Amino acid sequence: MNMHAQPQRTLAETALIDAFGERLSLLPGDGAVMVKRDDAIEAIKHGLPTRRVESWHYTDLRRLLTKVPAFEAGAVTKALAPVLEGSAVLPVLNGLSQTKLPEIDGVTVQRLSEKLTDGSVAPGLDPYGSDDAIGAMNTAFVADGYFVDIADGAKLEKPVELQNLQAGGQSHVRLLARVGAGAKAVIVERQAGEGDEALVSSVSQLVVGDGAEVTWLIVQEQPETATHLAQFKAHIGKDAKLTLFVMNAGGKLVRQEVVVRTTGEGADFKLRGINLLAGDTHTDTTMVLDHAVPHTTSTEVIRNVVTGKARGVFQGRINVHQYAQKTNAKMACNTLLLSDDGEFSTKPELEIFADDVVCGHGATVTEIDHDHLFYLMARGIDEKSARGLLVKAFVAEVIEELDDEALVEALEARLDGWFSTHG
Amino acid sequence: MLEIKNLHARIVDDGTEIIRGLNLTVKAGEVAAIMGPNGSGKSTLSYILAGREDYEVTEGDILYNGQSILEMDPAERATAGIFLAFQYPMEIPGVATMEFLKVAMNEQRKARGEEPLKVPEFLKRVKDAAASLNMDMAMLKRPLNVGFSGGEKKRAEILQMKLLEPRLCVLDETDSGLDIDALKIVSDGVNALRSPDRAIVVITHYQRLLEHIVPDTVHVLYRGQVIKSGDKSLALDLEANGYAGVIGQAA
Repeated sequence: MNMHAQPQRTLAETALIDAFGERLSLLPGDGAVMVKRDDAIEAIKHGLPTRRVESWHYTDLRRLLTKVPAFEAGAVTKALAPVLEGSAVLPVLNGLSQTKLPEIDGVTVQRLSEKLTDGSVAPGLDPYGSDDAIGAMNTAFVADGYFVDIADGAKLEKPVELQNLQAGGQSHVRLLARVGAGAKAVIVERQAGEGDEALVSSVSQLVVGDGAEVTWLIVQEQPETATHLAQFKAHIGKDAKLTLFVMNAGGKLVRQEVVVRTTGEGADFKLRGINLLAGDTHTDTTMVLDHAVPHTTSTEVIRNVVTGKARGVFQGRINVHQYAQKTNAKMACNTLLLSDDGEFSTKPELEIFADDVVCGHGATVTEIDHDHLFYLMARGIDEKSARGLLVKAFVAEVIEELDDEALVEALEARLDGWFSTHG
Repeated sequence: MLEIKNLHARIVDDGTEIIRGLNLTVKAGEVAAIMGPNGSGKSTLSYILAGREDYEVTEGDILYNGQSILEMDPAERATAGIFLAFQYPMEIPGVATMEFLKVAMNEQRKARGEEPLKVPEFLKRVKDAAASLNMDMAMLKRPLNVGFSGGEKKRAEILQMKLLEPRLCVLDETDSGLDIDALKIVSDGVNALRSPDRAIVVITHYQRLLEHIVPDTVHVLYRGQVIKSGDKSLALDLEANGYAGVIGQAA
């Protein structure tokens, strides 16, 4: 990973390395997978990334990851009701996939433990760069998850909801999905838990086939005792569309990485993010988007609400490759800062090697608009409710864009849930 | 209903005194027009009545039904029955107009100890009020005032006034930005609210609005004071001769 010599291992680093020795015999995988695991733990032995590593500058993982819990802890016993009514639910409970799964037309589901055992997923286990600490941790420890294959041309009537639920301890999960050419699907990735201290790593890998249309919603509602390290990686094919919606509304230390590449002309990517930050927490959303071929488009809109002593980070990096002419990319990050002790750091980066492109970015940090507040109060809405309405409106704008009434309603219900406990 | 006594008020930010010893009484059932040149303090007076925090009352009092409202915040004043129709209604992205109307109506009902409106009853009231103001329901599906034309915003203000049924209505330059047809519709809307237990304060530059909403009393505001009061003939006099004469007499 990073080649800085670390003076001394932290408690967390030592715990991870020790845990690997203890867990190794329990982890599924053929020879190829085991080689990847060994490489991954070697990377961790070089030390977790610090603020001196550019992509981790605002989230000094080495300093922030103070403790690593033991593997075994409480146990989640059942799946949650899905975010979208009628979804087919694929639960991962306490890091393990389940045997009884719903039949879904046009979809083949495999348990990831089987694909680790037969080695078929080994090529995808490589970290994506030298500073990919989440990828390395996950590759070292991943035990299970799902592989979801959506057939070419399948138009899913119901959403698929992947649930990763934990009750403390460690869980390391991978969720793989292939959406075939011309297929259409809504996939929810639910990250939640209960109970004591937890360390969760979750890596999602998605391939969107040519002409396919995918809406992928990450709903992260971990308890304030959880460290949640997540990665979403996707390739978007020719004339395919991917809308990724990320809602962070929980967790103590959270990093959600989004690594996306357009691989076919006409590919379109939309990232919409909502970070609802409260308490004494740290939440980082880091995106690396590669416009790798000509004529691809993307827009990224991130809205943040910061209360309490919460700290938030958004890093958005757009790489426009040399041959990726006619790229059109726009990125915006807007923050509503509601407390003096909260903070939010935004780092947009554009790396453009093509000469015929349209790229832009903008960032704002604001407080509640007093004129708006006065207007609502002048209609008899008390101050607390009026503030609530305005804060919700600030983030709801991103949701309402989704253009699917069931989705909008379901996400607004999640919002209301958060505001009723944190408003 | 409304009694303003020797009111002095200034802008909090820079301490500029805008209202300088203003006295005004408006009785229940009365329509009072407040006229005056630019910068005389008309809009400021409306904001102070509604409780905007940018202004600070330094002397005097405002009594509403005999009680001082100076310590009440804007929401408390609104639930007590004071309504300000804004000169420039705020555009609030993300807040759906219907949702806003429902919350506002039910918050006011709650404050008065009434049950929240059932959805069909709420919808019926909004539909009826919108129809009477010639407003398209599709407009109300949009975020509050966002993308409304100047005239649509003014209609939306009167719609809110109709739905909230206030006891003291303050209309700040409701005629500005209205064409003659819209002026007629809005005025009819206001006139329909005239009743013996309601007072209406109409703030305007021009006599034009007062042809449609005929006032019982007319007050001329200049440099933060009411310098002359009279009946509707005073408005005609101002229209014919301008403010200079009245200001001259007062000075």
